[in-house]
Amino acid sequence: MSERPIKVLIAKPGLDGHDRGAKVLARGLRDEGFEVVYTGLRQTPEMIATAALQEDVDVVGLSILSGAHMTLLPKVTRLLRERGLDDVLVTAGGIIPDDDIPALREAGVAAVFGPGTTIAEVAAYFRSHVRPPEA
Amino acid sequence: MSEAGVRAAELADAAVAGDRRALARLLTAVENRTATAEVALRRLYPVTGRAHLVGITGAPGAGKSTLVAALIAEARLAGRAVAVVAVDPSSPITGGALLGDRVRMQAYASDDEVFIRSMASRGHAGGLAATSTAAATVLDAAGFDLVLLETVGTGQSEVEVAAAADTTVVLEAPDMGDEVQAIKAGLLEVADIVVVNKGDRPGAQRTAAQLRAMLSANGNPRPTAGAPGEAADHPRPKRPDVLVTTASTGEGVPALLAALDRHRAAGRDGLADGARLARAEAQVWEIVAERLRGRLHGPDAGEATASTLRAVADHRLDPYAAADLLLASLAGGRPRA
Repeated sequence: MSERPIKVLIAKPGLDGHDRGAKVLARGLRDEGFEVVYTGLRQTPEMIATAALQEDVDVVGLSILSGAHMTLLPKVTRLLRERGLDDVLVTAGGIIPDDDIPALREAGVAAVFGPGTTIAEVAAYFRSHVRPPEA
Repeated sequence: MSEAGVRAAELADAAVAGDRRALARLLTAVENRTATAEVALRRLYPVTGRAHLVGITGAPGAGKSTLVAALIAEARLAGRAVAVVAVDPSSPITGGALLGDRVRMQAYASDDEVFIRSMASRGHAGGLAATSTAAATVLDAAGFDLVLLETVGTGQSEVEVAAAADTTVVLEAPDMGDEVQAIKAGLLEVADIVVVNKGDRPGAQRTAAQLRAMLSANGNPRPTAGAPGEAADHPRPKRPDVLVTTASTGEGVPALLAALDRHRAAGRDGLADGARLARAEAQVWEIVAERLRGRLHGPDAGEATASTLRAVADHRLDPYAAADLLLASLAGGRPRA
């Protein structure tokens, strides 16, 4: 069989209504050959963890522009861990100040992609950091 | 049993016992057609056949995902466990896919009795992924009473879902075409239930009336339970119920669930026996084709297969002769050293 595509969940936690970036990224990753589950706006951490579990994704990409990242992102990573999804790569993008990045990494967010990151860069990072596929 | 076989069996048992993480991983194995999946599916098959598999199909934008969400809500009111397999197309160019059906099905994140799985079609034509039926089998084994199979947005002839499902629902939007569209062969013919969705739009009732008139005007009596042999000489068209729903508000959805239940009950009395046989054939044929392909590209025959295909590509050999050659090479069965 051909190589298994990497499966990515793109979700927007919280209340900001700006999903252009998330949609452009979802579409761009599709064009890079990923299988992208797009769940839309206003996701609770609970919804994101459930979607990640049921879809058995390799990567969770969180887009957040509301400023609530220090509350919401650690909540997502904690829920994922509680459900046994500690091998899922969690990344974030949007408007996140550099000063917050160390604490987010501490909380289990593997990478933070700021404005100006290209889709090719995101794709390359995912390809080199996801868990190896099972036989 | 090998170590991998033991792990596969453990995964299958955990999925059946209610471990949702195990269920999700097993579905991934099924999608990737791994050795794990085969072991697990063989183990689970005897406990399947209990769920009601309902196919939901129709044109892009007709409201399939919204209707699925409304059906989940209605089934949960009745206390039934619901699973969804939602298929979206893979890119024929890059192999990537955008799976967007969950957007409308978010309300059940903390409800363990609802399980939603998106699948990319991965190059399979016909409206489903090649492994969608196997995925539904796994969800059946995991104890879900209602399993909804949502196809990609379909055109006129993606009728594969009818073989995969016990009951096939074809969704239409109001004013999608005139009466001639309703009497063309294809998708509408495989419907057990036709739903005109977006019932709050003008034209919905008129569309439903036209569909009722055209789909029941074929003069064939509705086949009756207890006379399963009658249709054997010549296949009879179905005479589907035509319902109107507004999935976004839930209007008409209780009546749809009731119609699904009636169709399921009728199926238990023998009407759906043909559907079950067709599904068995489709499943077995899929595996036969996969295994044939595996052998033809395997270490024994791979080179000969490649040169035969090259000959067809170069127009030195016609495709029929090539097929006969390949089949003969398998039948000859050069034994492995």
